[in-house]
Amino acid sequence: MDILSMTAVSLGAAIKKKEVTVREAVEAALDRIGEKEKEYHCFVTVDREGALGKADEVQKKINEGELTGPLAGVPVAIKDNMCTEGLLTTCSSKILGNFIPTFSSEAVRNLQKAGAVILGKTNMDEFAMGSTTETSAFGVTKNPWNPEHVPGGSSGGSAAAVAAGECFYALGSDTGGSIRQPASFCGVVGLKPTYGTVSRYGLIAYGSSLDQIGPLCKDVTDCAAIMEIIASHDPKDSTSVERKDLDFTSALVDDVKGMRIGIPRDYFGEGLDGEVKKAVLAAAKALEEKGAIVEEFDLSLVEYAIPTYYTIAAAEASSNLERFDGIKYGYRTKDYEGLHNMYKKTRSEGFGAEVKRRIMLGSFVLSSGYYDAYYLKALRVKALIKEAFDQAFSNYDVILGPVAPTTAPKLGESLLDPIKMYLGDIYTISVNLAGLPGLSIPCGLDEKGLPIGLQLIGDCFSEKKLIRAAYAYEQARGAFGRKEGK
Amino acid sequence: MANIISDETIEYVGILAKLELSDDEKEQAKKDMGSMLDYIDKLGELDTGDVEPMSHVFPVKNVFREDVVTNGDTREDLLRNAPGEKDGMFMVPRTFE
Repeated sequence: MDILSMTAVSLGAAIKKKEVTVREAVEAALDRIGEKEKEYHCFVTVDREGALGKADEVQKKINEGELTGPLAGVPVAIKDNMCTEGLLTTCSSKILGNFIPTFSSEAVRNLQKAGAVILGKTNMDEFAMGSTTETSAFGVTKNPWNPEHVPGGSSGGSAAAVAAGECFYALGSDTGGSIRQPASFCGVVGLKPTYGTVSRYGLIAYGSSLDQIGPLCKDVTDCAAIMEIIASHDPKDSTSVERKDLDFTSALVDDVKGMRIGIPRDYFGEGLDGEVKKAVLAAAKALEEKGAIVEEFDLSLVEYAIPTYYTIAAAEASSNLERFDGIKYGYRTKDYEGLHNMYKKTRSEGFGAEVKRRIMLGSFVLSSGYYDAYYLKALRVKALIKEAFDQAFSNYDVILGPVAPTTAPKLGESLLDPIKMYLGDIYTISVNLAGLPGLSIPCGLDEKGLPIGLQLIGDCFSEKKLIRAAYAYEQARGAFGRKEGK
Repeated sequence: MANIISDETIEYVGILAKLELSDDEKEQAKKDMGSMLDYIDKLGELDTGDVEPMSHVFPVKNVFREDVVTNGDTREDLLRNAPGEKDGMFMVPRTFE
Protein backbone atom coordinates (compact mmCIF):
# COMPACT_ATOMS: atom_id res chain seq x y z
CA MET A 1 0.00 0.00 0.00
CA ASP A 2 1.38 3.39 -0.99
CA ILE A 3 0.85 5.29 2.23
CA LEU A 4 2.35 8.55 0.98
CA SER A 5 -0.15 8.96 -1.84
CA MET A 6 -3.06 8.91 0.63
CA THR A 7 -4.94 12.02 1.67
CA ALA A 8 -5.16 12.76 5.39
CA VAL A 9 -8.75 11.53 5.61
CA SER A 10 -8.08 8.32 3.67
CA LEU A 11 -5.03 7.60 5.84
CA GLY A 12 -7.11 8.25 8.96
CA ALA A 13 -9.69 5.74 7.72
CA ALA A 14 -7.00 3.16 6.90
CA ILE A 15 -5.55 3.56 10.40
CA LYS A 16 -8.97 3.08 11.93
CA LYS A 17 -9.46 -0.10 9.88
CA LYS A 18 -6.03 -1.35 11.04
CA GLU A 19 -4.75 -1.45 7.46
CA VAL A 20 -1.96 0.94 8.42
CA THR A 21 -0.44 1.53 11.84
CA VAL A 22 0.31 5.03 13.08
CA ARG A 23 3.98 4.10 13.29
CA GLU A 24 3.99 2.99 9.64
CA ALA A 25 2.45 6.32 8.62
CA VAL A 26 4.95 8.31 10.68
CA GLU A 27 7.88 6.24 9.38
CA ALA A 28 6.71 6.69 5.78
CA ALA A 29 6.67 10.48 6.22
CA LEU A 30 10.02 10.48 8.06
CA ASP A 31 11.57 8.36 5.29
CA ARG A 32 10.34 10.80 2.67
CA ILE A 33 11.72 13.67 4.75
CA GLY A 34 15.05 11.85 4.95
CA GLU A 35 15.05 11.41 1.18
CA LYS A 36 13.92 14.86 0.10
CA GLU A 37 14.69 17.35 2.81
CA LYS A 38 18.23 18.03 1.61
CA GLU A 39 16.83 19.27 -1.67
CA TYR A 40 13.56 21.00 -0.63
CA HIS A 41 14.27 22.14 2.94
CA CYS A 42 10.63 22.39 4.03
CA PHE A 43 11.40 22.05 7.75
CA VAL A 44 13.28 24.11 10.32
CA THR A 45 12.97 21.28 12.86
CA VAL A 46 12.13 17.60 12.34
CA ASP A 47 11.12 15.92 15.61
CA ARG A 48 11.90 12.31 14.74
CA GLU A 49 11.96 10.87 18.26
CA GLY A 50 8.97 12.89 19.41
CA ALA A 51 6.90 11.77 16.43
CA LEU A 52 7.78 8.08 16.79
CA GLY A 53 7.09 8.18 20.53
CA LYS A 54 3.77 9.89 19.94
CA ALA A 55 2.87 7.36 17.22
CA ASP A 56 2.80 4.47 19.70
CA GLU A 57 0.92 6.52 22.27
CA VAL A 58 -1.75 7.53 19.73
CA GLN A 59 -2.00 3.97 18.38
CA LYS A 60 -2.76 2.74 21.89
CA LYS A 61 -5.50 5.32 22.33
CA ILE A 62 -7.02 4.39 18.96
CA ASN A 63 -6.94 0.68 19.85
CA GLU A 64 -8.60 1.42 23.17
CA GLY A 65 -11.32 3.44 21.51
CA GLU A 66 -10.28 6.67 23.19
CA LEU A 67 -9.42 8.40 19.88
CA THR A 68 -12.07 7.98 17.20
CA GLY A 69 -11.74 11.11 15.06
CA PRO A 70 -11.12 11.05 11.29
CA LEU A 71 -7.52 12.29 11.56
CA ALA A 72 -6.37 10.28 14.59
CA GLY A 73 -2.84 9.05 13.96
CA VAL A 74 -2.27 11.17 10.84
CA PRO A 75 1.15 12.93 10.80
CA VAL A 76 1.09 16.72 10.46
CA ALA A 77 3.61 19.55 10.03
CA ILE A 78 3.23 22.89 11.84
CA LYS A 79 4.40 26.29 10.62
CA ASP A 80 7.21 27.50 12.84
CA ASN A 81 5.30 30.52 14.15
CA MET A 82 2.94 28.37 16.25
CA CYS A 83 4.17 27.56 19.72
CA THR A 84 4.71 23.86 20.42
CA GLU A 85 5.47 22.93 24.01
CA GLY A 86 9.02 21.62 24.38
CA LEU A 87 9.73 21.91 20.64
CA LEU A 88 11.89 24.65 19.13
CA THR A 89 9.77 27.49 17.66
CA THR A 90 11.83 30.01 15.71
CA CYS A 91 9.54 32.01 13.40
CA SER A 92 12.49 31.40 11.03
CA SER A 93 14.29 34.22 12.83
CA LYS A 94 17.69 34.40 14.49
CA ILE A 95 16.07 36.32 17.35
CA LEU A 96 14.03 33.22 18.30
CA GLY A 97 16.68 30.73 17.15
CA ASN A 98 16.79 29.00 20.56
CA PHE A 99 13.23 29.51 21.80
CA ILE A 100 11.49 26.48 23.36
CA PRO A 101 7.89 27.34 24.28
CA THR A 102 6.44 26.25 27.60
CA PHE A 103 2.97 25.88 26.08
CA SER A 104 1.30 24.96 22.80
CA SER A 105 -0.89 27.15 20.64
CA GLU A 106 -4.61 26.38 20.83
CA ALA A 107 -4.77 25.15 17.20
CA VAL A 108 -1.95 22.69 17.89
CA ARG A 109 -3.63 21.54 21.12
CA ASN A 110 -6.85 20.94 19.20
CA LEU A 111 -4.94 18.80 16.70
CA GLN A 112 -3.23 16.86 19.48
CA LYS A 113 -6.56 16.19 21.21
CA ALA A 114 -7.73 14.72 17.89
CA GLY A 115 -4.72 12.40 17.76
CA ALA A 116 -2.42 14.24 15.36
CA VAL A 117 1.26 13.30 15.37
CA ILE A 118 3.52 16.33 14.88
CA LEU A 119 6.46 15.63 12.58
CA GLY A 120 8.14 18.99 12.97
CA LYS A 121 8.07 22.70 12.28
CA THR A 122 8.05 24.14 8.79
CA ASN A 123 10.12 26.91 7.28
CA MET A 124 8.58 30.32 6.60
CA ASP A 125 9.43 33.90 5.79
CA GLU A 126 10.89 35.47 8.94
CA PHE A 127 7.96 36.42 11.20
CA ALA A 128 5.68 35.60 8.22
CA MET A 129 6.87 38.73 6.42
CA GLY A 130 7.38 37.79 2.80
CA SER A 131 5.81 36.00 -0.14
CA THR A 132 8.53 33.50 -1.06
CA THR A 133 9.97 31.89 2.15
CA GLU A 134 13.29 33.46 1.10
CA THR A 135 13.47 35.81 4.11
CA SER A 136 13.89 32.84 6.47
CA ALA A 137 17.05 33.06 8.59
CA PHE A 138 17.53 29.33 8.07
CA GLY A 139 17.72 29.07 4.29
CA VAL A 140 15.23 28.98 1.45
CA THR A 141 12.63 26.29 0.74
CA LYS A 142 12.37 24.98 -2.83
CA ASN A 143 9.17 24.32 -4.75
CA PRO A 144 8.82 20.53 -5.18
CA TRP A 145 7.26 21.03 -8.64
CA ASN A 146 10.47 22.69 -9.78
CA PRO A 147 13.25 23.34 -7.25
CA GLU A 148 14.46 26.38 -9.18
CA HIS A 149 11.27 28.14 -8.13
CA VAL A 150 10.04 29.46 -4.80
CA PRO A 151 7.25 27.66 -2.91
CA GLY A 152 5.55 30.97 -2.16
CA GLY A 153 5.16 32.32 1.32
CA SER A 154 5.05 32.96 4.01
CA SER A 155 3.78 29.41 4.75
CA GLY A 156 6.09 28.06 2.03
CA GLY A 157 7.52 25.23 4.11
CA SER A 158 4.04 23.95 4.99
CA ALA A 159 2.84 24.06 1.36
CA ALA A 160 6.00 22.45 -0.01
CA ALA A 161 5.97 19.73 2.67
CA VAL A 162 2.42 18.73 1.66
CA ALA A 163 3.29 18.82 -2.06
CA ALA A 164 6.44 16.74 -1.48
CA GLY A 165 4.62 14.11 0.59
CA GLU A 166 6.77 14.97 3.62
CA CYS A 167 3.57 15.24 5.67
CA PHE A 168 -0.11 14.48 5.10
CA TYR A 169 -1.29 17.98 5.93
CA ALA A 170 0.06 21.10 7.57
CA LEU A 171 -0.99 24.21 9.42
CA GLY A 172 -0.09 27.63 8.10
CA SER A 173 -1.02 31.20 8.95
CA ASP A 174 -2.37 33.87 6.62
CA THR A 175 -2.00 37.62 7.22
CA GLY A 176 -2.15 38.80 3.60
CA GLY A 177 -2.25 35.58 1.59
CA SER A 178 0.36 33.46 3.37
CA ILE A 179 -1.70 30.25 3.21
CA ARG A 180 -3.47 30.73 -0.12
CA GLN A 181 -0.51 31.90 -2.22
CA PRO A 182 1.94 29.11 -1.29
CA ALA A 183 -0.94 26.61 -1.65
CA SER A 184 -1.42 27.97 -5.16
CA PHE A 185 2.31 27.84 -6.02
CA CYS A 186 2.68 24.29 -4.67
CA GLY A 187 -0.55 22.83 -6.07
CA VAL A 188 -2.28 22.08 -2.77
CA VAL A 189 -5.51 23.23 -1.12
CA GLY A 190 -5.31 26.04 1.45
CA LEU A 191 -7.96 27.85 3.48
CA LYS A 192 -7.76 31.12 5.35
CA PRO A 193 -10.81 31.03 7.65
CA THR A 194 -12.98 33.97 8.72
CA TYR A 195 -11.11 36.12 11.25
CA GLY A 196 -11.73 34.75 14.75
CA THR A 197 -12.58 31.19 13.67
CA VAL A 198 -9.29 29.54 14.69
CA SER A 199 -7.75 30.74 17.95
CA ARG A 200 -4.61 32.86 17.62
CA TYR A 201 -3.49 31.87 21.13
CA GLY A 202 0.14 30.79 20.80
CA LEU A 203 0.49 32.06 17.24
CA ILE A 204 3.44 34.48 17.28
CA ALA A 205 1.78 37.71 16.20
CA TYR A 206 2.57 39.64 13.03
CA GLY A 207 -0.53 41.73 12.23
CA SER A 208 -2.98 40.72 14.94
CA SER A 209 -6.10 42.15 13.29
CA LEU A 210 -5.30 40.16 10.11
CA ASP A 211 -3.63 36.89 11.24
CA GLN A 212 -5.55 33.61 10.93
CA ILE A 213 -4.40 29.99 11.15
CA GLY A 214 -5.65 27.52 8.55
CA PRO A 215 -4.96 24.20 6.80
CA LEU A 216 -2.75 23.31 3.82
CA CYS A 217 -3.72 19.91 2.48
CA LYS A 218 -4.18 17.59 -0.47
CA ASP A 219 -7.89 18.03 -1.18
CA VAL A 220 -11.10 19.76 -0.11
CA THR A 221 -12.28 16.81 2.00
CA ASP A 222 -9.11 17.05 4.08
CA CYS A 223 -9.59 20.81 4.33
CA ALA A 224 -13.09 20.44 5.81
CA ALA A 225 -12.01 17.69 8.21
CA ILE A 226 -9.03 19.70 9.49
CA MET A 227 -11.19 22.80 9.92
CA GLU A 228 -13.63 20.88 12.14
CA ILE A 229 -10.72 20.05 14.43
CA ILE A 230 -8.88 23.37 14.63
CA ALA A 231 -11.83 25.80 14.71
CA SER A 232 -12.92 26.55 18.26
CA HIS A 233 -14.07 29.33 20.51
CA ASP A 234 -11.17 30.16 22.80
CA PRO A 235 -11.49 32.56 25.75
CA LYS A 236 -7.68 32.93 25.66
CA ASP A 237 -8.00 34.83 22.33
CA SER A 238 -10.17 37.89 22.92
CA THR A 239 -10.99 38.12 19.19
CA SER A 240 -12.15 34.50 19.02
CA VAL A 241 -15.71 34.25 17.70
CA GLU A 242 -18.27 31.80 19.08
CA ARG A 243 -19.71 29.98 16.06
CA LYS A 244 -22.32 27.28 15.90
CA ASP A 245 -21.75 26.30 12.26
CA LEU A 246 -18.48 24.43 12.52
CA ASP A 247 -19.72 21.23 10.80
CA PHE A 248 -17.60 21.95 7.73
CA THR A 249 -17.68 18.38 6.37
CA SER A 250 -21.45 18.67 5.91
CA ALA A 251 -20.63 21.03 3.01
CA LEU A 252 -18.80 18.33 1.02
CA VAL A 253 -21.65 18.16 -1.48
CA ASP A 254 -21.23 18.00 -5.24
CA ASP A 255 -23.96 20.51 -5.99
CA VAL A 256 -23.66 24.17 -6.97
CA LYS A 257 -27.01 24.54 -8.70
CA GLY A 258 -28.22 28.08 -8.28
CA MET A 259 -25.09 29.21 -6.45
CA ARG A 260 -24.34 32.82 -7.44
CA ILE A 261 -20.70 33.27 -8.31
CA GLY A 262 -19.26 36.71 -9.01
CA ILE A 263 -16.08 37.28 -11.02
CA PRO A 264 -14.54 40.68 -10.24
CA ARG A 265 -13.43 42.27 -13.51
CA ASP A 266 -10.81 44.21 -11.54
CA TYR A 267 -9.04 40.90 -10.77
CA PHE A 268 -8.48 40.17 -14.46
CA GLY A 269 -6.80 43.35 -15.62
CA GLU A 270 -3.21 44.39 -16.16
CA GLY A 271 -0.55 42.27 -14.49
CA LEU A 272 -2.44 38.98 -14.63
CA ASP A 273 -0.58 36.27 -16.51
CA GLY A 274 -2.47 34.95 -19.56
CA GLU A 275 -2.17 31.30 -18.64
CA VAL A 276 -3.39 31.95 -15.09
CA LYS A 277 -6.35 33.90 -16.46
CA LYS A 278 -7.28 31.11 -18.84
CA ALA A 279 -7.13 28.39 -16.18
CA VAL A 280 -9.16 30.41 -13.66
CA LEU A 281 -11.87 31.25 -16.21
CA ALA A 282 -12.00 27.60 -17.28
CA ALA A 283 -12.67 26.70 -13.64
CA ALA A 284 -15.50 29.24 -13.55
CA LYS A 285 -16.90 27.63 -16.69
CA ALA A 286 -16.77 24.20 -15.03
CA LEU A 287 -18.84 25.50 -12.12
CA GLU A 288 -21.27 27.17 -14.53
CA GLU A 289 -21.73 23.86 -16.33
CA LYS A 290 -22.68 22.34 -12.99
CA GLY A 291 -25.48 24.85 -12.58
CA ALA A 292 -23.86 27.82 -10.85
CA ILE A 293 -24.87 31.29 -12.01
CA VAL A 294 -21.64 33.00 -13.00
CA GLU A 295 -21.49 36.76 -13.60
CA GLU A 296 -18.86 39.43 -13.92
CA PHE A 297 -18.99 42.51 -11.70
CA ASP A 298 -16.86 45.43 -10.54
CA LEU A 299 -15.56 45.03 -7.00
CA SER A 300 -13.75 48.41 -6.94
CA LEU A 301 -10.93 49.70 -4.69
CA VAL A 302 -8.68 46.73 -5.55
CA GLU A 303 -5.61 48.94 -6.16
CA TYR A 304 -5.94 50.46 -2.68
CA ALA A 305 -5.75 47.16 -0.83
CA ILE A 306 -1.96 46.79 -0.87
CA PRO A 307 -1.05 50.25 0.45
CA THR A 308 -3.77 49.89 3.10
CA TYR A 309 -2.48 46.49 4.10
CA TYR A 310 1.18 47.47 4.35
CA THR A 311 0.33 50.46 6.52
CA ILE A 312 -1.80 48.45 8.94
CA ALA A 313 0.35 45.30 8.96
CA ALA A 314 3.59 47.26 9.46
CA ALA A 315 2.01 49.32 12.25
CA GLU A 316 0.82 46.21 14.08
CA ALA A 317 4.12 44.42 13.45
CA SER A 318 6.17 47.29 14.90
CA SER A 319 4.09 47.06 18.06
CA ASN A 320 3.93 43.24 18.26
CA LEU A 321 7.67 42.80 17.70
CA GLU A 322 8.60 45.18 20.52
CA ARG A 323 8.55 42.17 22.83
CA PHE A 324 11.76 40.81 21.32
CA ASP A 325 14.19 42.62 23.57
CA GLY A 326 16.76 40.02 24.64
CA ILE A 327 15.47 39.75 28.21
CA LYS A 328 13.07 36.86 28.69
CA TYR A 329 13.83 34.59 25.72
CA GLY A 330 15.61 34.43 22.42
CA TYR A 331 18.82 35.99 21.20
CA ARG A 332 20.84 38.59 23.15
CA THR A 333 23.78 40.42 21.65
CA LYS A 334 27.19 39.56 23.07
CA ASP A 335 28.71 43.01 23.69
CA TYR A 336 26.76 46.03 24.84
CA GLU A 337 26.88 49.06 27.07
CA GLY A 338 23.80 49.42 29.24
CA LEU A 339 20.19 48.47 28.75
CA HIS A 340 19.19 50.54 25.73
CA ASN A 341 22.28 49.67 23.77
CA MET A 342 21.55 45.99 24.52
CA TYR A 343 17.98 46.34 23.18
CA LYS A 344 19.12 48.05 20.02
CA LYS A 345 22.00 45.73 19.25
CA THR A 346 19.99 42.61 20.06
CA ARG A 347 17.19 43.63 17.74
CA SER A 348 19.44 44.88 14.97
CA GLU A 349 21.45 41.65 14.95
CA GLY A 350 18.45 39.38 15.57
CA PHE A 351 16.03 40.62 12.89
CA GLY A 352 16.53 40.27 9.13
CA ALA A 353 16.25 43.03 6.53
CA GLU A 354 12.55 42.59 5.60
CA VAL A 355 11.46 42.51 9.26
CA LYS A 356 13.47 45.66 10.01
CA ARG A 357 11.99 47.36 6.95
CA ARG A 358 8.45 46.72 8.21
CA ILE A 359 9.24 47.66 11.83
CA MET A 360 10.70 50.97 10.61
CA LEU A 361 7.71 51.70 8.38
CA GLY A 362 5.29 50.73 11.14
CA SER A 363 7.05 52.90 13.72
CA PHE A 364 6.90 55.81 11.28
CA VAL A 365 3.19 55.55 10.42
CA LEU A 366 2.33 55.34 14.12
CA SER A 367 4.56 58.25 15.12
CA SER A 368 3.20 61.54 16.32
CA GLY A 369 2.41 63.80 13.39
CA TYR A 370 1.94 60.93 10.91
CA TYR A 371 -0.56 58.73 12.77
CA ASP A 372 -3.65 60.43 11.33
CA ALA A 373 -2.29 60.85 7.83
CA TYR A 374 -1.13 57.26 7.43
CA TYR A 375 -2.45 54.86 10.05
CA LEU A 376 -5.96 56.28 10.55
CA LYS A 377 -6.26 56.92 6.82
CA ALA A 378 -5.54 53.23 6.17
CA LEU A 379 -8.17 52.19 8.74
CA ARG A 380 -10.69 54.40 6.95
CA VAL A 381 -9.88 52.86 3.57
CA LYS A 382 -10.16 49.43 5.19
CA ALA A 383 -13.75 50.34 6.11
CA LEU A 384 -14.42 51.24 2.45
CA ILE A 385 -12.92 47.95 1.25
CA LYS A 386 -15.10 46.03 3.70
CA GLU A 387 -18.12 47.96 2.38
CA ALA A 388 -17.26 47.00 -1.21
CA PHE A 389 -17.24 43.33 -0.22
CA ASP A 390 -20.51 43.70 1.72
CA GLN A 391 -22.02 45.13 -1.46
CA ALA A 392 -20.66 42.23 -3.53
CA PHE A 393 -21.97 39.62 -1.12
CA SER A 394 -25.46 41.09 -1.29
CA ASN A 395 -25.42 39.78 -4.89
CA TYR A 396 -23.14 36.75 -4.78
CA ASP A 397 -22.54 33.67 -2.63
CA VAL A 398 -18.93 33.35 -3.70
CA ILE A 399 -16.35 35.54 -5.44
CA LEU A 400 -14.08 33.68 -7.85
CA GLY A 401 -10.68 34.79 -9.10
CA PRO A 402 -6.98 33.99 -9.24
CA VAL A 403 -4.87 33.58 -6.09
CA ALA A 404 -1.82 35.31 -7.53
CA PRO A 405 -1.03 37.14 -10.80
CA THR A 406 1.56 34.53 -11.83
CA THR A 407 2.76 31.05 -10.98
CA ALA A 408 5.79 30.61 -8.70
CA PRO A 409 8.69 32.92 -9.62
CA LYS A 410 12.26 31.72 -9.74
CA LEU A 411 14.33 31.79 -6.56
CA GLY A 412 16.09 35.10 -6.01
CA GLU A 413 13.91 37.17 -8.34
CA SER A 414 11.38 38.59 -5.87
CA LEU A 415 13.46 40.15 -3.12
CA LEU A 416 15.20 42.56 -5.51
CA ASP A 417 12.15 44.79 -5.69
CA PRO A 418 9.99 44.74 -2.52
CA ILE A 419 7.12 46.73 -4.01
CA LYS A 420 6.89 44.35 -6.94
CA MET A 421 6.81 41.46 -4.48
CA TYR A 422 4.05 43.20 -2.50
CA LEU A 423 2.04 43.59 -5.73
CA GLY A 424 1.93 39.81 -6.03
CA ASP A 425 -0.45 39.82 -3.04
CA ILE A 426 -3.06 41.97 -4.80
CA TYR A 427 -5.80 39.30 -4.99
CA THR A 428 -5.33 37.86 -1.51
CA ILE A 429 -4.70 40.84 0.71
CA SER A 430 -8.12 42.51 0.79
CA VAL A 431 -9.62 39.25 2.10
CA ASN A 432 -7.61 39.72 5.32
CA LEU A 433 -8.52 43.40 5.58
CA ALA A 434 -12.21 42.47 5.42
CA GLY A 435 -11.85 39.42 7.71
CA LEU A 436 -13.27 37.10 5.03
CA PRO A 437 -12.60 33.41 4.37
CA GLY A 438 -10.62 32.56 1.23
CA LEU A 439 -9.82 29.17 -0.27
CA SER A 440 -7.12 28.26 -2.77
CA ILE A 441 -7.45 25.15 -4.93
CA PRO A 442 -5.30 23.98 -7.87
CA CYS A 443 -6.93 24.56 -11.27
CA GLY A 444 -4.22 23.68 -13.76
CA LEU A 445 -0.58 23.90 -14.77
CA ASP A 446 1.16 26.51 -16.87
CA GLU A 447 3.52 25.76 -19.75
CA LYS A 448 6.43 25.44 -17.33
CA GLY A 449 4.53 22.74 -15.46
CA LEU A 450 3.90 24.94 -12.40
CA PRO A 451 0.55 24.85 -10.59
CA ILE A 452 -2.08 27.58 -10.94
CA GLY A 453 -4.44 28.36 -8.06
CA LEU A 454 -8.11 29.28 -8.10
CA GLN A 455 -9.31 31.50 -5.26
CA LEU A 456 -12.82 31.37 -3.85
CA ILE A 457 -13.77 34.16 -1.45
CA GLY A 458 -16.84 34.14 0.78
CA ASP A 459 -18.61 36.49 3.12
CA CYS A 460 -17.71 36.25 6.81
CA PHE A 461 -18.73 32.86 8.28
CA SER A 462 -19.49 31.33 4.88
CA GLU A 463 -16.66 28.75 4.74
CA LYS A 464 -19.23 26.09 3.98
CA LYS A 465 -20.17 27.79 0.71
CA LEU A 466 -16.49 27.89 -0.25
CA ILE A 467 -16.05 24.22 0.65
CA ARG A 468 -19.14 23.25 -1.36
CA ALA A 469 -18.01 25.22 -4.43
CA ALA A 470 -14.45 23.92 -4.15
CA TYR A 471 -15.62 20.34 -3.67
CA ALA A 472 -17.90 20.54 -6.71
CA TYR A 473 -15.08 22.02 -8.76
CA GLU A 474 -12.69 19.32 -7.56
CA GLN A 475 -15.12 16.62 -8.70
CA ALA A 476 -15.30 18.21 -12.16
CA ARG A 477 -11.54 18.76 -12.34
CA GLY A 478 -10.49 15.27 -11.32
CA ALA A 479 -7.26 14.18 -9.68
CA PHE A 480 -4.47 16.72 -9.28
CA GLY A 481 -1.09 16.08 -7.82
CA ARG A 482 2.48 15.27 -8.52
CA LYS A 483 4.43 12.08 -8.28
CA GLU A 484 7.66 12.26 -6.36
CA GLY A 485 10.54 11.07 -8.52
CA LYS A 486 13.42 9.22 -6.95
CA MET B 1 4.82 63.35 -4.94
CA ALA B 2 8.08 61.80 -3.94
CA ASN B 3 8.74 61.39 -0.24
CA ILE B 4 12.27 62.37 0.79
CA ILE B 5 13.20 60.84 4.12
CA SER B 6 15.74 62.94 6.03
CA ASP B 7 18.59 61.66 8.18
CA GLU B 8 16.80 63.10 11.20
CA THR B 9 13.65 61.12 10.43
CA ILE B 10 15.56 57.87 10.09
CA GLU B 11 17.40 58.59 13.36
CA TYR B 12 14.09 59.30 15.09
CA VAL B 13 12.32 56.22 13.71
CA GLY B 14 15.35 54.14 14.68
CA ILE B 15 14.88 55.30 18.27
CA LEU B 16 11.16 54.46 18.20
CA ALA B 17 11.84 51.07 16.63
CA LYS B 18 14.79 50.35 18.96
CA LEU B 19 16.97 49.48 15.99
CA GLU B 20 20.56 50.47 15.43
CA LEU B 21 21.16 50.70 11.71
CA SER B 22 24.55 50.87 10.04
CA ASP B 23 25.20 53.76 7.65
CA ASP B 24 24.47 51.51 4.67
CA GLU B 25 21.27 50.26 6.27
CA LYS B 26 20.21 53.85 6.97
CA GLU B 27 20.64 54.82 3.33
CA GLN B 28 18.69 51.76 2.24
CA ALA B 29 15.98 52.48 4.84
CA LYS B 30 15.62 56.06 3.56
CA LYS B 31 15.13 54.76 0.04
CA ASP B 32 12.77 51.93 1.02
CA MET B 33 10.63 54.05 3.30
CA GLY B 34 10.43 56.82 0.73
CA SER B 35 9.21 54.51 -1.99
CA MET B 36 6.75 52.76 0.33
CA LEU B 37 5.31 56.11 1.41
CA ASP B 38 5.04 57.21 -2.25
CA TYR B 39 3.02 54.08 -2.78
CA ILE B 40 0.91 54.54 0.36
CA ASP B 41 0.17 58.14 -0.68
CA LYS B 42 -2.16 56.60 -3.25
CA LEU B 43 -4.70 56.35 -0.44
CA GLY B 44 -4.92 60.16 -0.58
CA GLU B 45 -6.92 59.78 -3.82
CA LEU B 46 -9.87 58.54 -1.76
CA ASP B 47 -12.16 60.91 0.08
CA THR B 48 -12.54 59.36 3.53
CA GLY B 49 -13.75 62.49 5.33
CA ASP B 50 -16.91 60.89 6.70
CA VAL B 51 -15.61 57.33 7.10
CA GLU B 52 -14.93 56.01 10.59
CA PRO B 53 -11.59 54.22 10.99
CA MET B 54 -12.20 50.46 11.21
CA SER B 55 -9.73 48.73 13.52
CA HIS B 56 -11.65 45.45 13.65
CA VAL B 57 -14.15 43.98 11.21
CA PHE B 58 -16.31 42.66 14.00
CA PRO B 59 -17.30 44.70 17.02
CA VAL B 60 -14.77 43.77 19.72
CA LYS B 61 -15.45 44.07 23.41
CA ASN B 62 -13.32 43.53 26.45
CA VAL B 63 -13.38 39.87 27.38
CA PHE B 64 -13.44 39.40 31.12
CA ARG B 65 -12.82 36.31 33.19
CA GLU B 66 -12.62 35.53 36.88
CA ASP B 67 -9.25 36.33 38.40
CA VAL B 68 -8.29 32.72 39.00
CA VAL B 69 -4.89 31.20 38.35
CA THR B 70 -5.16 28.48 35.71
CA ASN B 71 -1.52 27.90 34.78
CA GLY B 72 0.99 26.10 36.96
CA ASP B 73 4.47 27.08 38.06
CA THR B 74 6.66 27.06 34.96
CA ARG B 75 9.44 29.23 36.36
CA GLU B 76 12.22 26.77 35.61
CA ASP B 77 11.07 26.16 32.04
CA LEU B 78 10.62 29.89 31.43
CA LEU B 79 14.05 30.75 32.80
CA ARG B 80 15.63 28.11 30.60
CA ASN B 81 14.79 30.38 27.65
CA ALA B 82 16.32 33.46 29.27
CA PRO B 83 19.59 34.81 27.86
CA GLY B 84 20.61 35.68 31.41
CA GLU B 85 19.41 34.11 34.68
CA LYS B 86 20.42 34.39 38.34
CA ASP B 87 18.83 33.03 41.52
CA GLY B 88 15.59 32.13 39.76
CA MET B 89 15.23 35.56 38.15
CA PHE B 90 15.90 37.19 34.78
CA MET B 91 19.32 38.87 34.61
CA VAL B 92 19.13 42.27 32.96
CA PRO B 93 21.82 44.85 32.22
CA ARG B 94 22.23 47.69 34.69
CA THR B 95 19.18 49.94 34.27
CA PHE B 96 20.26 52.98 36.30
CA GLU B 97 23.68 54.52 36.29
